[in-house]
Amino acid sequence: MSDKEVIVVSTGTANLASVLAGLNRAGAKPRLSTDVEEITHAKVLVLPGVGAMAAAMENLVRANLVEPLTERIKDGRPTLCVCLGLQLLCKGSEESPDVKGFGVIDDNITRFPDTVTVPQLGWNKVEPYGTCNCVESGYAYFANSFRLEKPPEGWNCSVADHGGQFVASMARGGVLACQFHPELSGKWGFDLLSRWLEASFKTGGRQC
Amino acid sequence: MLTRRIIPCLDVRDGRVVKGIRFQGLRDAGLPEEQARKYEEDGADELVFLDVSATPEGRKTQFETVRKVRAVLSIPMTVGGGVSVVEDAAKLLEAGADKVSINTAAVENPQLLKDMAETFGSQCTVLAIDAKQMKEGSWQTVIKSGKVETGKDVLDWAKEAVALGVGEILLTSWDRDGTRSGYDLDLVEAVSKAVNVPVIASGGANTPEQLVEAIEAGADAVLAASIFHDGDTTSTKLKEYLQSKQIEVRL
Repeated sequence: MSDKEVIVVSTGTANLASVLAGLNRAGAKPRLSTDVEEITHAKVLVLPGVGAMAAAMENLVRANLVEPLTERIKDGRPTLCVCLGLQLLCKGSEESPDVKGFGVIDDNITRFPDTVTVPQLGWNKVEPYGTCNCVESGYAYFANSFRLEKPPEGWNCSVADHGGQFVASMARGGVLACQFHPELSGKWGFDLLSRWLEASFKTGGRQC
Repeated sequence: MLTRRIIPCLDVRDGRVVKGIRFQGLRDAGLPEEQARKYEEDGADELVFLDVSATPEGRKTQFETVRKVRAVLSIPMTVGGGVSVVEDAAKLLEAGADKVSINTAAVENPQLLKDMAETFGSQCTVLAIDAKQMKEGSWQTVIKSGKVETGKDVLDWAKEAVALGVGEILLTSWDRDGTRSGYDLDLVEAVSKAVNVPVIASGGANTPEQLVEAIEAGADAVLAASIFHDGDTTSTKLKEYLQSKQIEVRL
Protein backbone atom coordinates (compact mmCIF):
# COMPACT_ATOMS: atom_id res chain seq x y z
CA MET A 1 0.00 0.00 0.00
CA SER A 2 1.46 3.30 -1.06
CA ASP A 3 1.62 6.34 1.14
CA LYS A 4 -1.64 8.37 1.23
CA GLU A 5 -3.53 5.67 -0.62
CA VAL A 6 -7.29 5.96 -0.37
CA ILE A 7 -9.55 3.12 -1.50
CA VAL A 8 -12.73 4.37 -3.18
CA VAL A 9 -15.59 1.86 -3.27
CA SER A 10 -16.73 1.54 -6.87
CA THR A 11 -20.46 1.19 -6.33
CA GLY A 12 -21.95 1.21 -9.78
CA THR A 13 -22.87 3.29 -12.78
CA ALA A 14 -22.70 6.88 -11.72
CA ASN A 15 -19.96 9.42 -11.78
CA LEU A 16 -16.89 8.90 -9.61
CA ALA A 17 -14.59 11.28 -11.47
CA SER A 18 -15.35 14.28 -9.27
CA VAL A 19 -14.60 12.32 -6.08
CA LEU A 20 -11.34 10.99 -7.51
CA ALA A 21 -10.29 14.45 -8.73
CA GLY A 22 -11.18 16.03 -5.37
CA LEU A 23 -9.11 13.44 -3.45
CA ASN A 24 -6.21 13.99 -5.85
CA ARG A 25 -6.33 17.75 -5.32
CA ALA A 26 -6.32 17.21 -1.55
CA GLY A 27 -3.07 15.23 -1.85
CA ALA A 28 -4.38 11.66 -1.62
CA LYS A 29 -3.79 8.80 -4.04
CA PRO A 30 -7.27 7.37 -4.69
CA ARG A 31 -7.79 3.94 -6.19
CA LEU A 32 -11.10 2.30 -7.14
CA SER A 33 -11.90 -1.12 -5.74
CA THR A 34 -14.72 -3.60 -5.09
CA ASP A 35 -12.44 -6.17 -3.46
CA VAL A 36 -13.68 -7.37 -0.04
CA GLU A 37 -10.18 -7.81 1.40
CA GLU A 38 -8.97 -4.41 0.24
CA ILE A 39 -12.05 -2.66 1.52
CA THR A 40 -11.93 -4.49 4.85
CA HIS A 41 -8.28 -3.61 5.46
CA ALA A 42 -7.98 -0.19 3.76
CA LYS A 43 -6.49 2.35 6.12
CA VAL A 44 -8.60 5.10 4.59
CA LEU A 45 -11.80 4.43 2.63
CA VAL A 46 -14.32 6.52 0.69
CA LEU A 47 -17.89 5.37 0.02
CA PRO A 48 -19.22 7.73 -2.65
CA GLY A 49 -22.88 8.40 -3.32
CA VAL A 50 -24.26 7.09 -6.56
CA GLY A 51 -27.77 6.83 -8.02
CA ALA A 52 -30.70 5.43 -6.10
CA MET A 53 -30.60 3.60 -2.74
CA ALA A 54 -31.94 0.33 -4.15
CA ALA A 55 -29.38 0.15 -6.97
CA ALA A 56 -26.50 1.00 -4.66
CA MET A 57 -27.51 -1.60 -2.04
CA GLU A 58 -27.99 -4.21 -4.75
CA ASN A 59 -24.44 -3.62 -5.98
CA LEU A 60 -22.99 -3.73 -2.46
CA VAL A 61 -24.86 -6.93 -1.61
CA ARG A 62 -23.69 -8.58 -4.82
CA ALA A 63 -20.07 -7.62 -4.05
CA ASN A 64 -20.39 -8.93 -0.43
CA LEU A 65 -19.50 -5.48 0.86
CA VAL A 66 -22.39 -4.74 3.23
CA GLU A 67 -20.90 -6.55 6.22
CA PRO A 68 -17.29 -5.26 5.91
CA LEU A 69 -18.54 -1.70 5.41
CA THR A 70 -20.95 -1.91 8.34
CA GLU A 71 -18.18 -3.25 10.61
CA ARG A 72 -15.75 -0.49 9.55
CA ILE A 73 -18.32 2.17 10.30
CA LYS A 74 -19.34 0.64 13.65
CA ASP A 75 -15.64 0.44 14.61
CA GLY A 76 -15.12 4.09 13.65
CA ARG A 77 -12.31 3.38 11.21
CA PRO A 78 -11.47 6.17 8.72
CA THR A 79 -14.35 6.12 6.23
CA LEU A 80 -15.78 9.05 4.30
CA CYS A 81 -19.36 8.52 3.11
CA VAL A 82 -20.61 11.01 0.53
CA CYS A 83 -24.24 11.92 -0.32
CA LEU A 84 -26.07 8.59 -0.74
CA GLY A 85 -23.15 7.19 1.27
CA LEU A 86 -24.62 8.91 4.34
CA GLN A 87 -28.11 7.60 3.61
CA LEU A 88 -26.86 4.00 3.32
CA LEU A 89 -25.93 4.13 7.03
CA CYS A 90 -29.61 4.36 8.01
CA LYS A 91 -32.24 1.64 8.39
CA GLY A 92 -34.01 2.48 5.16
CA SER A 93 -35.32 5.16 2.84
CA GLU A 94 -38.61 6.39 1.41
CA GLU A 95 -36.83 6.26 -1.94
CA SER A 96 -36.66 2.45 -1.89
CA PRO A 97 -39.06 1.20 0.82
CA ASP A 98 -38.33 -2.50 0.22
CA VAL A 99 -34.58 -2.15 0.68
CA LYS A 100 -32.66 -2.22 3.97
CA GLY A 101 -29.69 0.05 4.61
CA PHE A 102 -26.74 -0.77 6.91
CA GLY A 103 -28.83 0.10 9.98
CA VAL A 104 -25.95 1.75 11.85
CA ILE A 105 -28.28 4.72 12.36
CA ASP A 106 -31.66 3.78 13.81
CA ASP A 107 -33.66 6.11 11.58
CA ASN A 108 -35.10 6.40 8.08
CA ILE A 109 -34.40 8.71 5.15
CA THR A 110 -37.31 10.83 3.90
CA ARG A 111 -38.04 13.02 0.88
CA PHE A 112 -37.91 16.82 1.08
CA PRO A 113 -41.39 18.39 1.28
CA ASP A 114 -43.04 19.76 -1.89
CA THR A 115 -42.89 23.27 -0.45
CA VAL A 116 -39.26 23.54 -1.62
CA THR A 117 -37.48 22.68 -4.88
CA VAL A 118 -36.74 18.98 -5.21
CA PRO A 119 -34.03 17.95 -5.88
CA GLN A 120 -32.10 20.33 -3.68
CA LEU A 121 -29.43 21.49 -6.12
CA GLY A 122 -26.98 24.13 -5.04
CA TRP A 123 -25.13 25.71 -2.14
CA ASN A 124 -26.66 25.63 1.31
CA LYS A 125 -25.40 27.08 4.59
CA VAL A 126 -24.03 24.38 6.89
CA GLU A 127 -23.84 25.04 10.64
CA PRO A 128 -22.35 22.90 13.39
CA TYR A 129 -25.01 21.22 15.54
CA GLY A 130 -24.33 21.38 19.25
CA THR A 131 -20.65 21.12 20.07
CA CYS A 132 -19.50 19.59 16.79
CA ASN A 133 -16.20 20.95 15.56
CA CYS A 134 -15.62 18.51 12.69
CA VAL A 135 -17.33 20.67 10.10
CA GLU A 136 -16.98 24.43 10.19
CA SER A 137 -19.76 26.84 9.34
CA GLY A 138 -19.80 27.48 5.58
CA TYR A 139 -21.48 26.84 2.24
CA ALA A 140 -21.59 23.31 0.84
CA TYR A 141 -22.87 21.96 -2.47
CA PHE A 142 -25.84 19.59 -2.26
CA ALA A 143 -27.56 17.46 -4.92
CA ASN A 144 -30.24 15.35 -3.23
CA SER A 145 -33.98 14.69 -3.05
CA PHE A 146 -33.91 12.72 0.23
CA ARG A 147 -32.42 13.50 3.63
CA LEU A 148 -32.03 12.46 7.27
CA GLU A 149 -34.11 14.86 9.36
CA LYS A 150 -32.93 14.25 12.90
CA PRO A 151 -29.28 14.37 14.03
CA PRO A 152 -28.59 10.91 15.48
CA GLU A 153 -27.42 10.59 19.09
CA GLY A 154 -23.78 9.79 19.64
CA TRP A 155 -22.69 11.47 16.40
CA ASN A 156 -21.19 14.93 15.95
CA CYS A 157 -23.45 16.57 13.39
CA SER A 158 -23.80 19.64 11.25
CA VAL A 159 -27.16 20.74 9.87
CA ALA A 160 -28.66 22.82 7.06
CA ASP A 161 -32.19 23.99 6.19
CA HIS A 162 -34.28 23.14 3.14
CA GLY A 163 -37.95 23.04 4.04
CA GLY A 164 -36.83 22.35 7.63
CA GLN A 165 -33.63 21.25 9.30
CA PHE A 166 -31.77 18.20 8.00
CA VAL A 167 -28.45 16.49 8.70
CA ALA A 168 -25.65 17.92 6.53
CA SER A 169 -22.92 15.76 8.06
CA MET A 170 -22.31 13.38 10.94
CA ALA A 171 -19.06 12.13 12.39
CA ARG A 172 -18.09 9.43 14.89
CA GLY A 173 -14.55 8.22 15.46
CA GLY A 174 -12.86 8.15 12.07
CA VAL A 175 -16.14 8.10 10.16
CA LEU A 176 -17.34 11.25 8.42
CA ALA A 177 -20.62 11.06 6.49
CA CYS A 178 -21.61 14.08 4.39
CA GLN A 179 -24.94 14.68 2.67
CA PHE A 180 -23.18 17.41 0.66
CA HIS A 181 -20.36 16.90 -1.82
CA PRO A 182 -17.07 18.07 -0.26
CA GLU A 183 -15.35 17.41 -3.61
CA LEU A 184 -17.62 20.02 -5.25
CA SER A 185 -17.74 22.52 -2.41
CA GLY A 186 -14.94 24.84 -3.51
CA LYS A 187 -12.23 25.86 -1.05
CA TRP A 188 -14.44 25.08 1.97
CA GLY A 189 -14.87 21.50 0.78
CA PHE A 190 -11.21 21.18 -0.15
CA ASP A 191 -10.21 22.29 3.36
CA LEU A 192 -12.60 19.78 4.94
CA LEU A 193 -11.29 16.94 2.76
CA SER A 194 -7.69 17.89 3.52
CA ARG A 195 -8.34 18.01 7.28
CA TRP A 196 -10.14 14.69 7.29
CA LEU A 197 -7.45 12.99 5.20
CA GLU A 198 -4.67 14.34 7.41
CA ALA A 199 -6.44 13.16 10.56
CA SER A 200 -7.16 9.79 8.97
CA PHE A 201 -3.55 9.12 8.04
CA LYS A 202 -2.10 10.47 11.30
CA THR A 203 -4.43 9.38 14.04
CA GLY A 204 -6.92 7.02 12.50
CA GLY A 205 -9.33 9.83 11.76
CA ARG A 206 -10.44 10.73 15.29
CA GLN A 207 -11.01 14.47 15.11
CA CYS A 208 -13.99 15.26 17.31
CA MET B 1 -31.30 28.20 3.27
CA LEU B 2 -30.41 27.23 -0.28
CA THR B 3 -28.62 30.14 -1.95
CA ARG B 4 -29.25 31.47 -5.45
CA ARG B 5 -26.55 30.51 -7.91
CA ILE B 6 -24.63 32.40 -10.56
CA ILE B 7 -23.55 30.16 -13.41
CA PRO B 8 -21.18 31.35 -16.11
CA CYS B 9 -21.62 29.49 -19.40
CA LEU B 10 -18.63 28.68 -21.59
CA ASP B 11 -19.00 27.71 -25.25
CA VAL B 12 -16.37 25.23 -26.34
CA ARG B 13 -15.49 24.47 -29.96
CA ASP B 14 -12.84 21.93 -30.93
CA GLY B 15 -11.38 22.04 -27.40
CA ARG B 16 -11.12 25.85 -27.16
CA VAL B 17 -13.37 28.36 -25.43
CA VAL B 18 -15.05 30.67 -27.95
CA LYS B 19 -17.03 33.83 -27.41
CA GLY B 20 -19.56 35.49 -29.67
CA ILE B 21 -23.22 36.37 -30.02
CA ARG B 22 -25.62 33.73 -31.35
CA PHE B 23 -22.61 31.80 -32.63
CA GLN B 24 -21.72 34.68 -34.95
CA GLY B 25 -18.26 36.24 -35.01
CA LEU B 26 -16.76 33.63 -32.71
CA ARG B 27 -13.35 34.48 -31.33
CA ASP B 28 -10.92 32.30 -29.45
CA ALA B 29 -10.85 32.88 -25.69
CA GLY B 30 -8.33 30.34 -24.47
CA LEU B 31 -8.12 26.93 -22.86
CA PRO B 32 -11.23 25.61 -21.05
CA GLU B 33 -9.28 24.50 -17.96
CA GLU B 34 -7.68 27.94 -17.56
CA GLN B 35 -10.98 29.76 -18.05
CA ALA B 36 -12.72 27.35 -15.65
CA ARG B 37 -10.19 27.98 -12.91
CA LYS B 38 -10.49 31.72 -13.37
CA TYR B 39 -14.29 31.62 -13.16
CA GLU B 40 -14.11 29.55 -9.95
CA GLU B 41 -11.66 32.02 -8.41
CA ASP B 42 -14.01 34.83 -9.43
CA GLY B 43 -16.82 33.27 -7.35
CA ALA B 44 -18.85 31.19 -9.82
CA ASP B 45 -21.20 28.72 -8.09
CA GLU B 46 -20.99 26.22 -10.92
CA LEU B 47 -20.14 26.18 -14.62
CA VAL B 48 -21.95 25.10 -17.76
CA PHE B 49 -19.92 23.95 -20.76
CA LEU B 50 -21.73 23.84 -24.08
CA ASP B 51 -19.99 22.11 -26.94
CA VAL B 52 -20.66 24.09 -30.10
CA SER B 53 -18.31 22.13 -32.34
CA ALA B 54 -19.40 22.21 -35.93
CA THR B 55 -18.15 18.71 -36.73
CA PRO B 56 -18.18 15.26 -35.07
CA GLU B 57 -14.37 15.36 -35.06
CA GLY B 58 -14.39 18.58 -33.06
CA ARG B 59 -16.85 17.10 -30.62
CA LYS B 60 -14.57 14.15 -29.87
CA THR B 61 -12.27 16.55 -28.03
CA GLN B 62 -15.13 17.14 -25.55
CA PHE B 63 -14.26 14.22 -23.25
CA GLU B 64 -10.62 15.25 -23.02
CA THR B 65 -11.72 18.82 -22.27
CA VAL B 66 -14.02 17.65 -19.47
CA ARG B 67 -11.20 15.57 -17.96
CA LYS B 68 -8.80 18.51 -17.95
CA VAL B 69 -11.37 20.87 -16.43
CA ARG B 70 -12.35 18.31 -13.77
CA ALA B 71 -8.77 18.00 -12.58
CA VAL B 72 -8.65 21.69 -11.61
CA LEU B 73 -12.28 22.55 -10.86
CA SER B 74 -13.78 22.07 -7.37
CA ILE B 75 -17.29 23.34 -8.14
CA PRO B 76 -19.99 21.49 -10.11
CA MET B 77 -19.90 21.31 -13.90
CA THR B 78 -22.79 20.72 -16.29
CA VAL B 79 -21.90 19.63 -19.80
CA GLY B 80 -24.15 19.78 -22.84
CA GLY B 81 -24.06 19.79 -26.61
CA GLY B 82 -24.56 16.82 -28.88
CA VAL B 83 -25.69 14.29 -26.27
CA SER B 84 -28.14 11.95 -27.99
CA VAL B 85 -27.89 8.55 -26.26
CA VAL B 86 -27.37 7.38 -22.65
CA GLU B 87 -23.83 6.23 -23.54
CA ASP B 88 -22.85 9.82 -24.48
CA ALA B 89 -23.98 10.97 -21.05
CA ALA B 90 -22.18 8.08 -19.33
CA LYS B 91 -18.91 9.03 -21.05
CA LEU B 92 -19.25 12.67 -20.00
CA LEU B 93 -19.97 11.67 -16.39
CA GLU B 94 -17.01 9.28 -16.41
CA ALA B 95 -14.82 12.11 -17.70
CA GLY B 96 -15.91 14.31 -14.78
CA ALA B 97 -19.17 16.10 -15.58
CA ASP B 98 -21.57 16.31 -12.60
CA LYS B 99 -24.67 16.93 -14.68
CA VAL B 100 -25.46 16.40 -18.34
CA SER B 101 -27.83 18.65 -20.22
CA ILE B 102 -29.98 17.40 -23.09
CA ASN B 103 -31.80 19.56 -25.60
CA THR B 104 -32.65 18.46 -29.16
CA ALA B 105 -32.32 14.72 -28.48
CA ALA B 106 -34.85 14.90 -25.64
CA VAL B 107 -37.49 16.49 -27.88
CA GLU B 108 -36.90 13.84 -30.52
CA ASN B 109 -36.89 11.03 -27.93
CA PRO B 110 -38.31 11.96 -24.49
CA GLN B 111 -37.61 8.41 -23.25
CA LEU B 112 -33.94 9.42 -23.16
CA LEU B 113 -34.69 11.63 -20.14
CA LYS B 114 -36.33 8.72 -18.29
CA ASP B 115 -33.43 6.41 -19.11
CA MET B 116 -30.91 8.98 -17.92
CA ALA B 117 -32.75 9.71 -14.68
CA GLU B 118 -33.10 6.00 -13.92
CA THR B 119 -29.45 5.29 -14.73
CA PHE B 120 -27.73 8.29 -13.14
CA GLY B 121 -30.39 9.94 -10.97
CA SER B 122 -32.50 13.06 -11.42
CA GLN B 123 -29.78 15.27 -9.94
CA CYS B 124 -27.57 14.47 -12.98
CA THR B 125 -30.28 14.97 -15.59
CA VAL B 126 -30.77 18.49 -16.90
CA LEU B 127 -33.21 19.46 -19.65
CA ALA B 128 -32.20 22.47 -21.71
CA ILE B 129 -35.21 24.22 -23.28
CA ASP B 130 -34.83 26.90 -25.91
CA ALA B 131 -38.05 28.89 -25.75
CA LYS B 132 -39.38 31.15 -28.49
CA GLN B 133 -42.27 33.46 -27.71
CA MET B 134 -45.39 32.95 -29.86
CA LYS B 135 -47.67 35.49 -28.21
CA GLU B 136 -47.97 37.00 -24.75
CA GLY B 137 -47.75 34.20 -22.17
CA SER B 138 -47.08 31.51 -24.74
CA TRP B 139 -43.79 29.98 -25.88
CA GLN B 140 -42.85 27.07 -28.08
CA THR B 141 -39.78 24.87 -27.89
CA VAL B 142 -37.20 25.30 -30.63
CA ILE B 143 -34.33 22.88 -31.35
CA LYS B 144 -31.17 22.53 -33.40
CA SER B 145 -29.81 25.86 -32.14
CA GLY B 146 -33.15 27.54 -32.82
CA LYS B 147 -33.35 26.53 -36.45
CA VAL B 148 -36.32 24.17 -36.04
CA GLU B 149 -39.68 25.03 -34.45
CA THR B 150 -41.27 22.00 -32.78
CA GLY B 151 -44.68 23.41 -31.94
CA LYS B 152 -44.21 21.92 -28.44
CA ASP B 153 -45.55 24.25 -25.74
CA VAL B 154 -42.73 25.07 -23.31
CA LEU B 155 -44.82 24.73 -20.13
CA ASP B 156 -46.23 21.36 -21.21
CA TRP B 157 -42.77 20.16 -22.18
CA ALA B 158 -41.27 21.23 -18.84
CA LYS B 159 -43.98 19.37 -16.90
CA GLU B 160 -43.64 16.27 -19.07
CA ALA B 161 -39.86 16.25 -18.61
CA VAL B 162 -40.09 16.55 -14.82
CA ALA B 163 -42.55 13.65 -14.77
CA LEU B 164 -39.94 11.66 -16.72
CA GLY B 165 -37.33 12.37 -14.02
CA VAL B 166 -35.53 15.56 -15.04
CA GLY B 167 -33.96 17.24 -11.98
CA GLU B 168 -33.25 20.71 -13.34
CA ILE B 169 -34.33 22.92 -16.24
CA LEU B 170 -31.94 25.20 -18.08
CA LEU B 171 -34.38 27.66 -19.61
CA THR B 172 -33.08 29.83 -22.43
CA SER B 173 -35.10 32.55 -24.08
CA TRP B 174 -34.25 32.24 -27.76
CA ASP B 175 -35.59 35.76 -28.34
CA ARG B 176 -33.23 37.27 -25.77
CA ASP B 177 -30.15 35.05 -26.09
CA GLY B 178 -27.00 37.05 -26.71
CA THR B 179 -28.94 40.33 -27.00
CA ARG B 180 -28.08 41.66 -23.54
CA SER B 181 -31.67 42.96 -23.28
CA GLY B 182 -32.54 41.17 -20.02
CA TYR B 183 -34.13 37.80 -19.22
CA ASP B 184 -37.67 37.01 -20.39
CA LEU B 185 -39.20 37.37 -16.93
CA ASP B 186 -42.69 36.15 -17.92
CA LEU B 187 -41.12 32.96 -19.23
CA VAL B 188 -39.05 32.44 -16.06
CA GLU B 189 -42.08 32.98 -13.86
CA ALA B 190 -44.36 30.71 -15.88
CA VAL B 191 -41.93 27.77 -15.93
CA SER B 192 -40.88 28.19 -12.27
CA LYS B 193 -44.55 28.01 -11.26
CA ALA B 194 -45.21 25.01 -13.50
CA VAL B 195 -42.54 22.73 -12.02
CA ASN B 196 -40.97 21.97 -8.62
CA VAL B 197 -37.41 21.37 -9.84
CA PRO B 198 -34.83 24.18 -9.94
CA VAL B 199 -35.02 26.47 -12.98
CA ILE B 200 -31.93 28.21 -14.37
CA ALA B 201 -32.77 31.43 -16.22
CA SER B 202 -30.70 32.02 -19.34
CA GLY B 203 -30.58 34.35 -22.29
CA GLY B 204 -30.24 38.13 -22.27
CA ALA B 205 -28.35 38.89 -19.05
CA ASN B 206 -26.58 42.25 -19.09
CA THR B 207 -26.91 44.05 -15.75
CA PRO B 208 -26.96 43.04 -12.06
CA GLU B 209 -30.52 44.39 -11.82
CA GLN B 210 -31.65 41.88 -14.45
CA LEU B 211 -30.25 38.99 -12.38
CA VAL B 212 -32.28 40.19 -9.39
CA GLU B 213 -35.41 40.41 -11.55
CA ALA B 214 -34.97 36.82 -12.78
CA ILE B 215 -34.53 35.54 -9.22
CA GLU B 216 -37.57 37.47 -8.05
CA ALA B 217 -39.49 35.93 -10.97
CA GLY B 218 -38.67 32.49 -9.52
CA ALA B 219 -35.32 31.41 -10.96
CA ASP B 220 -33.14 29.32 -8.64
CA ALA B 221 -30.05 30.20 -10.62
CA VAL B 222 -29.04 32.65 -13.31
CA LEU B 223 -26.83 31.75 -16.23
CA ALA B 224 -24.87 34.29 -18.20
CA ALA B 225 -22.14 34.30 -20.82
CA SER B 226 -21.50 37.58 -22.58
CA ILE B 227 -21.73 39.59 -19.33
CA PHE B 228 -18.47 37.92 -18.26
CA HIS B 229 -16.72 38.06 -21.64
CA ASP B 230 -14.96 41.35 -21.35
CA GLY B 231 -13.98 40.98 -17.71
CA ASP B 232 -16.15 43.94 -16.68
CA THR B 233 -17.72 41.99 -13.86
CA THR B 234 -17.29 38.77 -11.86
CA SER B 235 -19.62 36.36 -10.10
CA THR B 236 -18.40 37.71 -6.75
CA LYS B 237 -19.26 41.31 -7.69
CA LEU B 238 -22.68 40.24 -8.95
CA LYS B 239 -23.35 38.25 -5.77
CA GLU B 240 -22.40 41.23 -3.62
CA TYR B 241 -25.08 43.16 -5.47
CA LEU B 242 -27.61 40.32 -5.01
CA GLN B 243 -26.81 40.23 -1.29
CA SER B 244 -27.44 43.99 -1.04
CA LYS B 245 -30.94 43.20 -2.37
CA GLN B 246 -31.52 40.66 0.45
CA ILE B 247 -30.96 37.65 -1.81
CA GLU B 248 -29.03 34.86 -0.10
CA VAL B 249 -25.83 33.96 -1.94
CA ARG B 250 -22.58 32.14 -1.24
CA LEU B 251 -19.86 34.74 -0.68
